[in-house]
Amino acid sequence: MKDKTDILIIGGGVTGCFAARELSRYDLDITLVEKEPSLCTGTTKANTALIHAGFNADPDKLKGRLNMRGNQLYHERIQHELDVPIEWLGALVVAKEEEKLPKLEELLEKGQENGVPDLEIVKGDDIYDLEPHLADDAIAALHAPTAGIVNPFELTVALANNAAMNGADVYLEAGVEDIEDKGETKLVKTAKGDIEADIVINAAGLYADKIANMVGIDKFEITPRRGEYYLYDKQADIDVQTTVFPVPTKITKGIVVTPTDEGNVLIGPNAEVIESVENKSTTREGLDEVLNGAQKTIPELSKRNVIREFAGLRPAITETGDFLIEASDEVPGFINVAGIQSPGLASAPAIAEKVVGIVEEEIGGLKEDPDFDPNYEGPPKFRHMSHEEQAKLVEEDENYGQIICRCESVTKGEILEAIREPVGARTVNDIKRRVRPGSGRCQGGFCEPKVVNILSEELGIPENEVVLESEESKLLRERTKEPLLNEEEVSDNE
Amino acid sequence: MNKQEYELVVVGGGPAGLAAAQEAYDQGVRDILILERDFELGGILQQCIHNGFGLHYFGEELTGPEYAQQFMENVRERGVDIKLDTMVLEVTPEKDVYAINSDDGMLYIDAEAVILAMGCRERTREAIDIPGTRPAGVYSAGTAQRYVNMEQWIPGEKVVILGSGDIGLIMARRMHLEGAEVEAVLEIMPFSGGLVRNIVQCLDDFDIPLRMQQTVTEIHGKDRLEAVTVAEVDENMQPIPGTEYKIECDTLLLSVGLIPENELSKDAGVKMHDVTGGPIVNEGRETNIEGIFACGNVLHVHDLVDWVTEESLVAGKTAANYLQGGIDKREQEIEVNPGENVGYIVPQKITNDVEDRKLVDLYMRCKKPMEHVTINLYSGDKKLLDKNERRVEPGEMITFPVPEQMISDDMDSLKVDIVKEGE
Amino acid sequence: MSETVEITCISCPMGCDVELEVNEDDDIVDIDGNSCQAGIEYVKNEYRNPTRILPTTARVKGGVLPLVPVKTDEPMPKGLLDEAMEEIAKVELEAPVELGDVVIENILDTGVNIVATRDLPKK
Ligand SMILES: Cc1cc2nc3c(=O)[nH]c(=O)nc-3n(C[C@H](O)[C@H](O)[C@H](O)COP(=O)(O)OP(=O)(O)OC[C@H]3O[C@@H](n4cnc5c(N)ncnc54)[C@H](O)[C@@H]3O)c2cc1C
Ligand SMILES: Cc1cc2nc3c(=O)[nH]c(=O)nc-3n(C[C@H](O)[C@H](O)[C@H](O)COP(=O)(O)OP(=O)(O)OC[C@H]3O[C@@H](n4cnc5c(N)ncnc54)[C@H](O)[C@@H]3O)c2cc1C
Ligand code: SF4
Repeated sequence: MKDKTDILIIGGGVTGCFAARELSRYDLDITLVEKEPSLCTGTTKANTALIHAGFNADPDKLKGRLNMRGNQLYHERIQHELDVPIEWLGALVVAKEEEKLPKLEELLEKGQENGVPDLEIVKGDDIYDLEPHLADDAIAALHAPTAGIVNPFELTVALANNAAMNGADVYLEAGVEDIEDKGETKLVKTAKGDIEADIVINAAGLYADKIANMVGIDKFEITPRRGEYYLYDKQADIDVQTTVFPVPTKITKGIVVTPTDEGNVLIGPNAEVIESVENKSTTREGLDEVLNGAQKTIPELSKRNVIREFAGLRPAITETGDFLIEASDEVPGFINVAGIQSPGLASAPAIAEKVVGIVEEEIGGLKEDPDFDPNYEGPPKFRHMSHEEQAKLVEEDENYGQIICRCESVTKGEILEAIREPVGARTVNDIKRRVRPGSGRCQGGFCEPKVVNILSEELGIPENEVVLESEESKLLRERTKEPLLNEEEVSDNE
Repeated sequence: MNKQEYELVVVGGGPAGLAAAQEAYDQGVRDILILERDFELGGILQQCIHNGFGLHYFGEELTGPEYAQQFMENVRERGVDIKLDTMVLEVTPEKDVYAINSDDGMLYIDAEAVILAMGCRERTREAIDIPGTRPAGVYSAGTAQRYVNMEQWIPGEKVVILGSGDIGLIMARRMHLEGAEVEAVLEIMPFSGGLVRNIVQCLDDFDIPLRMQQTVTEIHGKDRLEAVTVAEVDENMQPIPGTEYKIECDTLLLSVGLIPENELSKDAGVKMHDVTGGPIVNEGRETNIEGIFACGNVLHVHDLVDWVTEESLVAGKTAANYLQGGIDKREQEIEVNPGENVGYIVPQKITNDVEDRKLVDLYMRCKKPMEHVTINLYSGDKKLLDKNERRVEPGEMITFPVPEQMISDDMDSLKVDIVKEGE
Repeated sequence: MSETVEITCISCPMGCDVELEVNEDDDIVDIDGNSCQAGIEYVKNEYRNPTRILPTTARVKGGVLPLVPVKTDEPMPKGLLDEAMEEIAKVELEAPVELGDVVIENILDTGVNIVATRDLPKK
């Protein structure tokens, strides 16, 4: 690991990676460190993936303002620059009772004040034209066509790779253990070595308070709020067209039903304050709450065809309920980007824009890098191609002729690309997030051994060193026969 | 694109595909291609290294690989074309087959008939909805079987197995013999879906406990599996509060059922049966799409490969008849319906008029285990045939041969029920 | 003093739980719980001399797979299964292997051979 950098970003979630990418536009030396063996293992891994339109955004809050701006930036720039699935499927807020109608009107007005374009309230058959699977007792719905969905994994990976293409360095398994404030610079001690930085950006998600504590900042605390989900098989009969919300109440926002960029249906999340930032387990109660909630708008949903359940943690600052994005006045050169709960993903481009502004102020002006290339293209997607295109791809590279994941039709070529990118995949789950083997109905039963094998070959490590996600999550123990031979040797030695 | 033409394309080179191809050849079809995605033929049998195959078909007890090799040699001797490492991506209703491999690239095969023999896949953790964390160490039993028996890797040291079907039982013995500790085999039902023989020889022999009416209700461990919470269940298979206990383990093997692998079939427009999860077929194993046949585990999950073979020979033969000038249809289709305590029956209908046929085998599963039963075959209210069995259980497929002469032209449906002897 | 031993008969799917009564001299004095004659033969044998087919694998160098499946060509004494596993673990064959190849002759002096149960070509 290098020992000096202009800007050190802590955290390889969407916030950190977006900041790295936007800062790599300038003539700066950027370094990003992430504690896990892969990007996108924190909150960015488990969320609803919505680019909210902003009708429910509170203009008095930073998160409300950044949501609006973020949505705009996705439309104007990000979707064109990065090869990332973003789809503007729109959102519906569905009212089933008369007494919910005033709330719907209120959302409409708030949205219009926020400048959300093309909002309207639809009634009768028009609602079902937008979403045929809705419960048949819907009476009105707020329609927001500018709401979208994004693939958060591909987005984060694209950002990190685009930053790396433009000169940023990304270090994985480089968890920050301590930070020494040396006045002009900070000495950041990581699991991969020490690095001295002029500016440190704390984008450590659930751990942002701990990182801040390292330099003596204790003005905020992160409280994890868990949300659970069910994800359905692509072939499930319920192919929801748009993102469906119930009308929010004072107590709850309700359960969302939404398609994902790959055409799965996702339902969730509930919200539960929990103790530990490590506790990403799903629970019987939570999952039941999610399904019950989802059935209120889409009654056909059941446990049938569920292919995955998961939970994510919102890194909330409870006192303010808002993002905290500022240069610390206690510790110069230390920028907190904390409390990035929902809508952190929708706001991400705007958060990065704001961070660039803060850095500019701290440094006193930024110089653009004339060589900056905003475009990034990820591995090809065999599954989305016509047979003719597929044929051409195999002709160019025979690795595209080997299907590794049968459910998602993922080829060896795509997996190799994911491993060989500038910020390459190192774990089974990372490969799954980037190019999807194991994301289908068999959940890796068929392809996981093959992915383990490819990783082992590409990384030059034995298969029992290959991990699922974290450093300790090894998938295999010993070679068959070894336990029997070991016993033999032990008894020989005695 | 690499365009080819074949009379018959067989998708899948497991025991089903092999037997179907062999029989089609023996009936005179010469232009046959087997497409198999693995590096070798044999299907799931190559990882089922235990004995217990072939007693019915070969009259001797073979291991999975031995059984497979027999049929592999048979198709090779006949000179059937085989493409390995080749994944079939699509079968259209017009019987165009798209497949891909690294050597030929994309293959576009114009086939006159297609036999679907893709086998099945395993149900996952989510199919049975176990909450908790998502650590390494949770495997389906079949994946673990492939690792241990073929890839030479042991997934873990302290093992809990959920599901006491034959695969779960067999894996308990394999893990034990290879040096792992098997803490328990858990079964949510009040009875095991596995053979008594396997309970004795895979569990009792090694003092591995089999705990009935218990299931895993939570998975623990951040990185690697650390423990599972187990609870007793009531008669509706719901966990009983207060009965929970924890078992420390680094590996959980799930043997919780198999699902026929029918994504290709659905894309081809083949109609599926709700209970079997496989295509709806006639007695010749032909689907609703003319010239598309299905046999083996893709049609319905078999516990004995011998019946896979029998069924696939039928499919191979009918496919040959189809290619050689067509199949005579009965004037009236006969629906085959499950009655009391019968889960499903394959075929779902009898439609063909076949000259030299002596028997039509009905394959069925009962819904619950029963002792001393009579299996009755009815046409309307009229009882045609019965047979007694000492014991039936859902884990063991029942075959019920119906003599051709009993099937008459004026029938429109058959029904089978399973009742206590003497009722 | 006699002792009761429980053995599950596996000669057919009934799986009768059969009780044997055995006296001090280890003579079987009573058999109860079987539903048919075949059960008596089975439990006597299973009590006196329980044997099993052992299906497992052996290591192979240079093959298309690192393991080849093997089994005992005859049932072997049940009490020796674990020991036999250790013996088989020590073997490392060279590809190619053919179905029926004897991997270990007369394992643990049982008179039973370990044989390969498939062809395993060279890589
Ligand atoms: C249930 C749920 C639903 C949501 N739905 C939406 C939605 O629909 N739309 C939306 O816009 N937003 C949504 N969000 C919010 C959004 O997911 C988050 O705001 C966003 O992902 C936060 O990204 P991040 O990069 O700040 O944090 P993270 O993704 O958590 O990244 C932080 C990174 O820092 C790393 N790190 C931590 N400590 C250290 C250390 N010491 N050294 C190095 N690295 C470290 C972590 O490993 C992690 O990778 C949702 C969130 C949740 C939980
Ligand atoms: C663990 C286990 C234990 C068993 N134990 C016994 C036992 O003791 N005794 C017994 O008699 N039976 C046993 N069986 C049952 C028996 O092995 C199966 O019923 C039989 O193997 C099914 O044969 P099949 O050809 O239908 O499926 P498979 O053997 O699964 O073959 C299907 C083939 O199709 C290929 N394929 C699938 N999709 C594609 C595609 N798109 N393109 C190309 N190729 C494709 C697959 O790779 C595979 O080779 C056991 C089964 C299992 C899983
Ligand atoms: S005693 Fe007879 S009926 Fe009972 S299991 Fe043995 S063979 Fe079957």
